[in-house]
Amino acid sequence: MGLEGIGARVVRKEDKRFITGRGKYTDDIVLKDTTHGVFVRSPHAHAKILSIDTAAALAAPGVIAVLTGADLAGDRIGGLICGWMIHSRDGSPMKAGAHPAIAHDRVRHVGDQVALVIAETKAEARDAAELVEVEYETLPAVVDPAHAMDADAPQLHDVAPNNLIFDWVLGDEAATDAAFANAAHVVELDIINNRLSPNPMEPRSAIGYYDPSEEHYDLYTTSQNPHVARLVLSAFIGIAPEHKLRVVAPDVGGGFGAKIYIYPEETACLWASKRIGGRPVKWTSERAEAFLTDCHGRDHVTKAKLALAADGTFLALRSDTIANIGAYMSTFSSATPTYLHGTLLSGQYVIPAIFTNVKAVYTNTTPVDAYRGAGRPEATFIVERLVETAARQLGMDPAELRRKNFIRSFPYQTPVILTYDAGDFEGNLDKALAAVDYAGFAARKAEAKARGKLRGIGFSSYIEACGIAPSQAVGSLGSGVGLWESAEVRVNPVGSVEILTGSHSHGQGHETTFAQLVNERLGIGMENIQIVHGDTDKVQFGMGTYGSRSGAVGMSAIVKALDKVEAKAKKIAAHLMEASEADIVMEGGELKVAGTDKKLPFFQVALAAYTAHNLPAGMEPGLKEGAFYDPTNFTYPAGTYICEVEVDPDTGKVEIVQFVAVDDFGRIINPMIVEGQVHGGLAQGIGQALMEGVSYDPQSGQLLTGSYMDYCMPRADDVPSFKVDHVTTLCPGNPLGMKGCGEAGAIGSPPAVINAITDAIGNNNLSMPATPAKVWAAVHAA
Amino acid sequence: MDMTGEYRIPAPRQAVWEALNDPDVLKACIPGCESLEKSGDEMNATVVAKIGPVKAKFSGKVRLENLNPPTSYSIVGEGSGGVAGFAKGGADVSLADDGADTILSYTAKAQVGGKLAQLGSRLIDGTAKMMADQFFSAFTAKVGAAAAAAAPAGVVADAPVATGAYDGTAPADRDGGAVAVKEDALDRVVHAAEAAEREAEKRVETAAIKSGPSGPMLWGLVALAVLVVILIIGAL
Repeated sequence: MGLEGIGARVVRKEDKRFITGRGKYTDDIVLKDTTHGVFVRSPHAHAKILSIDTAAALAAPGVIAVLTGADLAGDRIGGLICGWMIHSRDGSPMKAGAHPAIAHDRVRHVGDQVALVIAETKAEARDAAELVEVEYETLPAVVDPAHAMDADAPQLHDVAPNNLIFDWVLGDEAATDAAFANAAHVVELDIINNRLSPNPMEPRSAIGYYDPSEEHYDLYTTSQNPHVARLVLSAFIGIAPEHKLRVVAPDVGGGFGAKIYIYPEETACLWASKRIGGRPVKWTSERAEAFLTDCHGRDHVTKAKLALAADGTFLALRSDTIANIGAYMSTFSSATPTYLHGTLLSGQYVIPAIFTNVKAVYTNTTPVDAYRGAGRPEATFIVERLVETAARQLGMDPAELRRKNFIRSFPYQTPVILTYDAGDFEGNLDKALAAVDYAGFAARKAEAKARGKLRGIGFSSYIEACGIAPSQAVGSLGSGVGLWESAEVRVNPVGSVEILTGSHSHGQGHETTFAQLVNERLGIGMENIQIVHGDTDKVQFGMGTYGSRSGAVGMSAIVKALDKVEAKAKKIAAHLMEASEADIVMEGGELKVAGTDKKLPFFQVALAAYTAHNLPAGMEPGLKEGAFYDPTNFTYPAGTYICEVEVDPDTGKVEIVQFVAVDDFGRIINPMIVEGQVHGGLAQGIGQALMEGVSYDPQSGQLLTGSYMDYCMPRADDVPSFKVDHVTTLCPGNPLGMKGCGEAGAIGSPPAVINAITDAIGNNNLSMPATPAKVWAAVHAA
Repeated sequence: MDMTGEYRIPAPRQAVWEALNDPDVLKACIPGCESLEKSGDEMNATVVAKIGPVKAKFSGKVRLENLNPPTSYSIVGEGSGGVAGFAKGGADVSLADDGADTILSYTAKAQVGGKLAQLGSRLIDGTAKMMADQFFSAFTAKVGAAAAAAAPAGVVADAPVATGAYDGTAPADRDGGAVAVKEDALDRVVHAAEAAEREAEKRVETAAIKSGPSGPMLWGLVALAVLVVILIIGAL
């Protein structure tokens, strides 16, 4: 490992511009003659639109246009799509209702957009938006997924009777039921996985620009995957063909999944730019809008049970879940509660029979889609809460019950599709037990009791499937796109390098880690490496960043392209040094003839490639190679988290006194960045466990947590100083052996926290978020 | 939000009923009421209200239903605050004799939407209660003999209804239950002190006024006043 190569703690290159205020985000971009768009949004959860009077708004100062759903329909702009097809157990396809970019005749959640006001300034647009008079006929609303299928529940979409989108199953129901019938112990839990708001620091923003002279569109947007946005906007929504649409996602300030999707607002801005004759239309979300319209996460209601033999051996697991999809199906909303969730129900354990049923329902709430972890936190919460509960009911040590049931030989075929390729689950557990000083817990508990505090410890041994890859596999499961990645390595004549990647960085630090890979391979200093991403005019195609896939998939594509560059450079070097190509080795930025003192610096080889004065016969000039990489399997990061809490029985306040995270991410490129990813994930997972939760009024469907007054985000003093460590087994499925680290913290931590609190208070009946009020009630109900 | 309350008014039931139907009385008793127009069983009002640093004008209308003089009626109201959202609600009001006094009791429901709900939901109960107290103090002082102005028998706001999610989850308490409880108690003390102060002022102001009885619209205007206050919260 060099100073800047793989494994080095290189300071993030991109941070200089971020922390000096020179990042260039969508809202920072000012195009000539920009106009400003403000959306008029429904104050009702469910209503018919009887009429929209735009006259007063149109007459207001600075107003250029007021566009409605009728205008959109008149221009034959298609509705938004869900790109992953799920089939119900009876074979029927999922029932997706229409999702227009501006609501036409009906609104289905508070915040649904009903008109777009475009004016010279944002202030004028806001003022005019207040003058748009919409006459509604309010309809009854349903927000609770558990009641969405009730006989008297309001119906959201005609195509989906009883609000049921799909009724999906995975696993062997008969074998699972048989195992339960013969089990010595059965542990059952009712679980609500609370609804979360993603809250990226940068709100969503879009600039749509139509150039009538070229009939060409530009879209600047806060996207995690600009090429997918272009594909959907072209092929499905019908804005423009792909070669007439450029999508740029510049610096993006956090996504957590919420910026994967193709939203109504960016669609409307593009379309509106043409409507007003080719001036750019910019919209930037306010925080209150973000609470209403950024796709939420989680919101599952589950009944789960685990069957065990008398000695604690796991026999079977069953879960029955109702997943809240919200008012419309967002871009990947169907994949999250199904193939990203049901397939992880084996956890780290040998469980011979597994069956899961997921019913996805519409409600009058903001659409729900993938949020950091996406399905896997829900699965992990089910498995790890069941296992902990089983240990308590059987009187076994929770660590030992896990150890007894761990998968130990790989590859391991689970009953729910996935084949785990590598791991050392016992190694993770042992390292975590040592780090937390498990042996000393009893003494700490006794000491806490003497101070009047309830101390508890909770475990979570999570596994996730990352990379969201092989294309053939995801295609067979319903994905509308392949999930490979592309890369291009451009070596300049002076030997500096540009890496064009289809991955997208919105906080992950790709400009550093990807450059570290190039440094390792070509021996070029970081200052001579540029990472280019987020522009469909520069990068040919890419699938973007989510599912912890940039390392395992995105960097693997770069490795493949680097392999080609290296092979060509070796040919040129061999030719120039009159040596055999097989004898050329590349080391420390030089191409050497093995066993001799002959060598050429890499930049001289690059220059030779471009001067082309003396190349091997028949070789094309230049040094630029591209590659597509499609993995052979998902990757399987796994780890054990242990949380230790103290509960104040008088106030219900929970203090996390210790949190240990031992993760196996495979090869680590930059430990500092990986630790940062784990810290952020843990904070979000602890936020879900203790503080965060979207609340709707059950009757009116009004969002009650519409600001940080009521939606409680964790702050620095709400989380402890984490103890983070690693176990490393390399992923055999990709050339670097990487597994992915972006989501683990958010996946593994919620059950560890809840297991710890329930251990402390002696009452297992506690739902997230475990606020002081709920914990206090649970303490006193126990 | 659900609210119930009961007031003892030192006046005969008929007099109370008539006062409830008198736009002038109502206008005088609703804090900040600028105009009050009555047409049939409908009434429109404009109210200027000030909460903290915000002073704004709101419009609302109420309708009277199930009139059963001089015993009971229902009132349905709606207030609009533009982009701040909306508030709508209703109240059932009944009057009963108790010796020479009249016992006025009501149950009110209000629902808010849009920004009001997203930003102001946790402030609504306290504000509505304060508003109701304010109104009844003024009304009692006006209708009853000035010297014998009765104190309210009590107003109870049932807090949890509007804030509960479907799983019964209350919004997270960052600083712990104990602190939250203390703050709540402190709020109540402050409100009570403010209400008492206002009541005293009203008694002085109204001591000289001897206005005649009139109208059941009053209760609608209580509902309306509550709505208006709620709307103001949303504009904060």
